Amino acid sequence: MTAALQGIRVLDLSRYVAGAYCAKLLAAFGAEVIKVEPPGTGDPARAVGPFLHNRPDPETSALFLYLNTGKQGLTLNLKHPQGRDILKALVRHTDVLVENFAPRVMPALGLDYATLRAINPRLIMVSISSFGQNGPYRDYKTNAMISYALGGYMYLNGHPQRPPLCGGGRQPAYQGGLHGYSGAAAALMAREQGGQGQHVDISIQECMASIHQFTINRYVYVGRIQKRLGNRYQRAHPITIYPCKDGLISLAVSTQEQYERLLALTSLTALLDDARFATPFACSEHAASFDERLAPWLQAHGKHDIVHRCQESRIPAAFVNDVVEVMDDPQYQFRGFWHDLDHPVAGRQTYAGFPFHMTATPPVLQRACLLGEHTHDILTARLGSTHDQLADWRAQGVI
Amino acid sequence: MNGALHGVRVIDLTRVWAGPHATRMLADMGAEVIHVTSRKLVGPLTVTRETARILGVYPDDEPGERHWNRNSQTNDLTRNKYDITLELDTPEGLSLLRRLIAISDVVVENYSPRVMPKFGLDYPRLQALNPRIILCSMPGYGSQGPHRSFISYGTNVDPAAGLASLMGYPGEAPHMSGNAYPDPVAGLFAVGAVLTALYHQRRTGQGQHIDLSQAEATTALLGEVSLGTRLNGVVPPRMGNRHPRQAPHGCYPCRGDDTWVAIAVRSDDEWHAFTRVLGPAAWCAEARFATLSGRLQHHDELDRHIADWAVKQDAYHVMHTLQNAGVPAGVVVNAEELVNDPHLRARHFFWDIDHPEAGMLRYAGQPVRLSSTPTRLYRSAPCLGQHNDQVLGELLGLSADELATLREKGVIGDHPLPR
Repeated sequence: MTAALQGIRVLDLSRYVAGAYCAKLLAAFGAEVIKVEPPGTGDPARAVGPFLHNRPDPETSALFLYLNTGKQGLTLNLKHPQGRDILKALVRHTDVLVENFAPRVMPALGLDYATLRAINPRLIMVSISSFGQNGPYRDYKTNAMISYALGGYMYLNGHPQRPPLCGGGRQPAYQGGLHGYSGAAAALMAREQGGQGQHVDISIQECMASIHQFTINRYVYVGRIQKRLGNRYQRAHPITIYPCKDGLISLAVSTQEQYERLLALTSLTALLDDARFATPFACSEHAASFDERLAPWLQAHGKHDIVHRCQESRIPAAFVNDVVEVMDDPQYQFRGFWHDLDHPVAGRQTYAGFPFHMTATPPVLQRACLLGEHTHDILTARLGSTHDQLADWRAQGVI
Repeated sequence: MNGALHGVRVIDLTRVWAGPHATRMLADMGAEVIHVTSRKLVGPLTVTRETARILGVYPDDEPGERHWNRNSQTNDLTRNKYDITLELDTPEGLSLLRRLIAISDVVVENYSPRVMPKFGLDYPRLQALNPRIILCSMPGYGSQGPHRSFISYGTNVDPAAGLASLMGYPGEAPHMSGNAYPDPVAGLFAVGAVLTALYHQRRTGQGQHIDLSQAEATTALLGEVSLGTRLNGVVPPRMGNRHPRQAPHGCYPCRGDDTWVAIAVRSDDEWHAFTRVLGPAAWCAEARFATLSGRLQHHDELDRHIADWAVKQDAYHVMHTLQNAGVPAGVVVNAEELVNDPHLRARHFFWDIDHPEAGMLRYAGQPVRLSSTPTRLYRSAPCLGQHNDQVLGELLGLSADELATLREKGVIGDHPLPR
């Protein structure tokens, strides 16, 4: 087994989620990733939590621990001229630089792509931001909810008579990170041919706008605006979450064949003679009435029974898991998705891994770096810095 | 100018959304993507106008003579690809596919795990054909394990993966995404894995098998939440549009029908900026709203005040005014507003693509922007089987007579077949 990105050197200047996830993937495939954090506080993700036993500690934030696996820790004050000089010296021997500052920040620091490229023409720079590096909203501020809203996702979530719903977790930022990884990898491929680096500009708003199934196409093709439908999906029914005897299950009945098999399994085949329930598409327009008819069967059966009986009949049913239940899911356990990692401060904990098995270059998960853990080693090895220099920089707040 | 993946050939056996989304990105990056489909899997032979209206996927709800060439999802996902048809249950069809794989770099498929082995296309046999080949399989739950044969779609991978448990109105059930979100998530992870494998292949000549689980892909994007529960034992509750450490944080009605603005005040500084925008409103000065803990505690009153203010305003006016004051705010855009979004337009995000049977229409572009090898439109979406002659003739050297024979036998064609 070899690492796909062995020998690739990465500087990760990112804060919080988007750039950090991109660089985490680079590290998983064997790139040597240096996480560059401001001295003292470090990446602000370290202050977010949740924390071990709810006690705030920059080394036990779940957000930081998860997003910075496999990286080496360097502290560097980019607001200090000496800090920027050190960064530029590191850039000389760097393949990929990842950053997700607001677009004004890197140019203001004198670290725009043109400047860095002049130092190292092979440098690939990945910039991930809320709205991209140009355009009228460039400097607008967002968080997860605002990105859901302006990406067109939020309008589709929720009950039609109630406010649209923000989605779960930090999906827009992760989208920026995933797209950023593809941009970095594509730029590495291009560099194999052309020899030069390039600038990758990822807008989180564009990422969200590019992952719609029907929203944009339906408006453009037929002029209809997709509305939110409550806890179900467009066009066909039942694609929804149902209560059952001992919890919740979900169904995603998407074809006539699956629909007829569901009605057969639940002894409701007579419904096919009623035009309202003849197809999953017709059913979609009478969903509440259909749900009343299906409810007695669901209430009479437990979730394991329902999911397995449906799947044996080739009906797409699934469990409705919370984040703890997913950790106990036998399928995830069979594939070894969860990894126990030791960390000097946070201890031994269970981490989500990567969603793919790869026969030649499998991704590897290693614990996150401590703040400044490798500052000494990196600067002496990469730049030949002396003990006195390091002491000097430390005294000046550079590292 | 060549794209980043110039010279990479991909055999695309994917269907629906997750797989086609992945191969579309590879095509946008300049790879030669050959979409191979069985005409038995294209769907119904005819579509009535009533069904067309319900589906809402044909221009002006008109299915036309060849509805399969006018479907918005197909045309959206096959841009930049070549399209050929092959019936894999015929010896000729299977043999032609194997010959294509022998001269390609990547095969991507999102069938259930039974299908590829059934056709003798499992990875060991593909590797025997072509040691450099990369096979990316992307079933719902992975190719091995107790749930490997579960039928799944993005819509119910969402609750299975834990994502739905994090969305919903407070105190109510988990809520599904309105957008089958796990599909593109799996597609994007597939792109990342394929590009990584390609880089390795270019340096070593070695291919490999990528076995991707759509469910795990979704759960991977919740990793900080699951780790958090291990650290402090708390499973986060559904909070609607609220935030545990920011207030006000919500979605407020504006002037007009079903028009909303999302507002997130993340700090005391942003709160002060927010109150300056709201100007003389007396409630802004109330001491209970002066601190984060006070605002979190009295969030319901805060929401009522903000809604009373916002509902008289234009949503875009609210967004621009707050943003200019330094407060995060965004219109909850619907399809029409998204397509007309001034910022997306200023960045030329949308691509206008002509299609011989659907016409000139607008589509989401490619968010991965590469400065010197840009992702771009190389060719419009193909009609079914449009490139049968070109691909089989030029790449495999089939003669006009051989192509005619294949067409007569139904191995290739440009119309769907009954299932």
